[in-house]
Amino acid sequence: MSRSDGSVLTVASLRVVIALRHSTVRAVDDVSFTIAPGETVGLVGESGCGKTTIGLALLRLLPAGGRIVSGSVRLGGHELTTLDDEQMRAVRGDRIGIVFQDPLTSLNPTMTIGSQVGEPLRIHRGATARTARDRAAELLELVGLPSPSRQLDRYPHQLSGGMRQRVSLAAALACDPALLIADEPTTALDVTTQDQILELFSRLKREIGMAVLLITHDMGVVAGQADRVLVMYAGKLVEVGATDQVFYRTRHRYTQALLESIPTLTSSRAEALHSIPGQPPDLAHPPPGCRFAPRCAFMTDECRAAQPAMSGSQAHTFACIHPAEARA
Amino acid sequence: MSTAIGLTERDAAVAEAAAEGGLRLAADVFLENKLALAAAVTFAVIALFCFVGPLVYHTDQVHTNISQTTRHPGSAHLLGTDDVGYDELGRLMVGGQTSLEIALGAAAVAVVVGVLWGAIAGFFGGIVDAVMMRVVDAVLAIPALFLLLFLASITTASVGILIAVVGLIAWLVPARLVRGETLSLRTREYVQAVRVMGGGPLRIILRHIVPNTIGTVIVNATFQIADAILVVAALSFLGLGIPPPSANWGGMLSNGLNYSYAGYWWLVYPPGVAIVITVVCFNFIGDALRDAFEVRLRRR
Repeated sequence: MSRSDGSVLTVASLRVVIALRHSTVRAVDDVSFTIAPGETVGLVGESGCGKTTIGLALLRLLPAGGRIVSGSVRLGGHELTTLDDEQMRAVRGDRIGIVFQDPLTSLNPTMTIGSQVGEPLRIHRGATARTARDRAAELLELVGLPSPSRQLDRYPHQLSGGMRQRVSLAAALACDPALLIADEPTTALDVTTQDQILELFSRLKREIGMAVLLITHDMGVVAGQADRVLVMYAGKLVEVGATDQVFYRTRHRYTQALLESIPTLTSSRAEALHSIPGQPPDLAHPPPGCRFAPRCAFMTDECRAAQPAMSGSQAHTFACIHPAEARA
Repeated sequence: MSTAIGLTERDAAVAEAAAEGGLRLAADVFLENKLALAAAVTFAVIALFCFVGPLVYHTDQVHTNISQTTRHPGSAHLLGTDDVGYDELGRLMVGGQTSLEIALGAAAVAVVVGVLWGAIAGFFGGIVDAVMMRVVDAVLAIPALFLLLFLASITTASVGILIAVVGLIAWLVPARLVRGETLSLRTREYVQAVRVMGGGPLRIILRHIVPNTIGTVIVNATFQIADAILVVAALSFLGLGIPPPSANWGGMLSNGLNYSYAGYWWLVYPPGVAIVITVVCFNFIGDALRDAFEVRLRRR
C-alpha cells in the first residue's frame, strides 16, 4: 500500500464499532480516503451515517463503547491508531484542529475569549499567559473579528453566533494544525451568517493553505467549499470524487437521490419535495448486499446478493452495480 | 472592509447589547433583594465590630480580674463583666473574631475539599466515582455531632484544629452537589472541546468544570459559614471549644448559661444574639445569591 504520497491524512480500511447494550453497531465500515495538503474534502451523508464518528475516530475520542477495530489513520506519515493516550493528546489541538457545530455550546461560558483561543498554545507550546494572549489577538484578527484586542476580555455570551464560530475557528487554528476538521460548522447558524463563515473558510484556505475535512449534510455547503467529496451511506463510502464530478456526473444511485432531494427555488410549489423513501438500515444488522438497496429505485436481486466493490476511474470511484449513466 | 470580512453591523449591535456581563446581572439581582442587602450590610457591621472594635474599645481580655466579676452593664463596662472579670463587650469582639475565623476557615476548607472531591469523582466516573462517593456516604452516615465530639476529644482545640475538624465534616455536601453538576458539565460540548484541543484531565477539571459550578458553590459556601458558626457554638457549649483565655461566642454563651438563674442576662443575650444575627445574615445572603445565579443561568 503506497502511503507516503505527500498527503496530510491517509485513512485506510478504517472500521469502527460501537458496542451497545444488546448489539454492536458497525458505525464505520471499511472506509479509506486521503486528504492532500491545502485540499478541502467534504464528507456528506444523512444523519447517523457515521460522518461524525469518522471525525471522532481520527482524534481517537470515540464515545463510550466505541473503538477502532482495524484500519489505519496516518497524519503526515505518522500512524495515529497505535499512539498511547499521552502521545495522542499531543496530536489533538496541535496537529489536528476541530470546529464544532454549535458555537453556543462549544465555548466555556466562564472563560474569556482570549484565554480560550490561547488555550491550545498553553497546552501544547507551553506558552505564557502573555504570549498566548498576544497570539490570540492575532488569531482573532485572522478570523475577521472586529477590534480583536478589545474582544480578548469578553465572554462568549457577549458575542453573536457568527462571532462565536469565528472564535472557535481561531482556537482550532491556534497551533497551525496540519488538518482542520469542521463538523457541521455552519449548521447552527442562520443563513446570512453561514455565508459569512463559509466565505471566511474560503479566505483562510487561500491564505494559509490548510487541509480541511468538512463534515456536513448540506450539499450546498459542500458544492461551494470542497475540492473533493466523499459520500457516505450507512457507515460506508459509496461515492468519492472531485466535487464537480460527483455533482454533475453522479454515478451512485444514493448520491443521485440525495441531490434530487435538494429543494430548488425554481421548483414549482405544487411539486412535492423529493425524498428518499424508507429509513437507513440498522447498522447492528446491515443488509448483506448494497446497503442502499432496500431504498433504491434501481435495485435488482444482484444488489441484495453481494456488496458492490468500488469501481470507476482514479478521480471518481463509486460502489454501485447499476450506476447512473455518466453524462458527457 | 477586507479585514472585517462579512461582519455586519448587526453582529456589533448584538455584542454591544450583550455587553452587560452575566456576573453584573447576578449582582443587579442580588442588589435588588433588599433583605439580602441589609443582611450583607449587617454582616459587614458585625465584622467591623469584631475586628476593628478592639482598636477603639480597649479592654484586657487576657488577665482575669476577680474584683470586677459579674458587674452589671454600666459606664465602666458597657455590657458588664463576666464571672472572671472580663469586659463582656470586649469579649464579644474578641470571641467574634475567633468564631468568624473558624466559620470562614472551615467553610473554605469544606468548599475546597468538597469541590475538588466532587469534581474528580464526577469527571472520571465509573469505579473512581463509585469509591469516592461511597466514602462520602459512609462519613455522612455517622452522626455529625458524634464525629465532632470524637475528633474534638482526641485533639486539643485551637483555631486551626477547629477549622480542620469542622471542615472535615462539612465538605460532604458540596462534594455531592459538585459531583452532580460535574456529571452534566462533563458532557457539555465545551468540555469535550478541551479534550479535542488535547487538554488533560487536570486542566479540564480546574479550568472548565470547577468555574462552571461557581454558582452552586458560592451559595453553598454561605450556608456552610452559617452552619460552621453553629457547630463551633455547639462544640464550645459542650466544653470542647478553645480553652481560655481565648473566647468565642459559643463558649461565652455556654459560660453565661451557668449564671442565668442569677439573672446575669448580659452574659447570655449578647453572644446568643450575635450568633443568631450572623447565622441569619448568611442564610439571607445565601438565598439571594441562589436567586441571583438562577437568573443569570436563565437569561444566558
